[in-house]
Amino acid sequence: MTLTVDTLTTWMSKFAEKVETNKQFLSDLDTPIGDGDHGFNMDRGMKAVEEKLATKPADVTSGFKIIAMALISTVGGASGPLYGTAFLEMAKKSTTTNDIGELLDAALAGIEMRGGAKPGDKTMVDVWNALVPDVKNGTLTENRITEAVAATKDMIARKGRASYLGERSKGHVDPGSQSSGYLFEALLETEGLL
Amino acid sequence: MSLGITLVSHVSDIANGLPKLLNQVAKDVPITTAGGTDDGRIGTSMQKIIKAFDDNSADEILAFYDLGSAKMNLEMAIEMSDKKIHIYDTAFIEGAYTAASLIQAGVNLNDIEKQLKPLTIKN
Repeated sequence: MTLTVDTLTTWMSKFAEKVETNKQFLSDLDTPIGDGDHGFNMDRGMKAVEEKLATKPADVTSGFKIIAMALISTVGGASGPLYGTAFLEMAKKSTTTNDIGELLDAALAGIEMRGGAKPGDKTMVDVWNALVPDVKNGTLTENRITEAVAATKDMIARKGRASYLGERSKGHVDPGSQSSGYLFEALLETEGLL
Repeated sequence: MSLGITLVSHVSDIANGLPKLLNQVAKDVPITTAGGTDDGRIGTSMQKIIKAFDDNSADEILAFYDLGSAKMNLEMAIEMSDKKIHIYDTAFIEGAYTAASLIQAGVNLNDIEKQLKPLTIKN
């Protein structure tokens, strides 16, 4: 349950890999209800993260800061500030604890503060809100992640670009929830972390 | 205490175009802009916004933005800036135009904010 510089970089490179493999899929999800660039934006961001992490960070806190700044300065869309804030909040929290559950709690609070979304608004908050407790309880599974992402499909968007479509956003999985799903999958696959 | 305006848009043409309209009624108001991402794509950039704050000669800035994620980058830029900055959730053009004309006329911030309030369209 304790994050180290090594597990942090493994987690990030697995996430970067998933985003790269699925960048077209993520952007396709973003096309009917957004501006069609989520996958490409996230891929650009995670490539920048990988580049920065090639030099091993001194500690977890500076690792999180490096990740946050890379995402904030390269992503461009809403996911830049949202993911950036998540990692910035984890950086702050990591000065007192490296417990992954507590770090993710701080990240979720940051995402909610930055974007103003609540659970049920069809945003990444839905996935984080569903899965952070699983991380803390040791019940995170592939299935739980798939369920949490799929649950956004029938929601009506109340935040972000998709909210302009109102009812018409129903029937589409939220792209930010899907990329967050990859982040949790990457976490699950990082050996020695959970 | 002087007041200025910063405009943040996803598109640089929009951010750079709007001052042409505002300058007609507010030729002496410091207006700075941040449009598009660092590499010229559609989106907003925290770094560009910080620069727009720094480049603005006023000590207190009224900031206007177009769409949601611009606000997030604005808020992060504010957290990293020493200047006093206010964000308004008004219609982008109408809000900025109202503020510009009132600043030019020497109206105080409190009264400007009263007139901006009914133009609020974002939450």
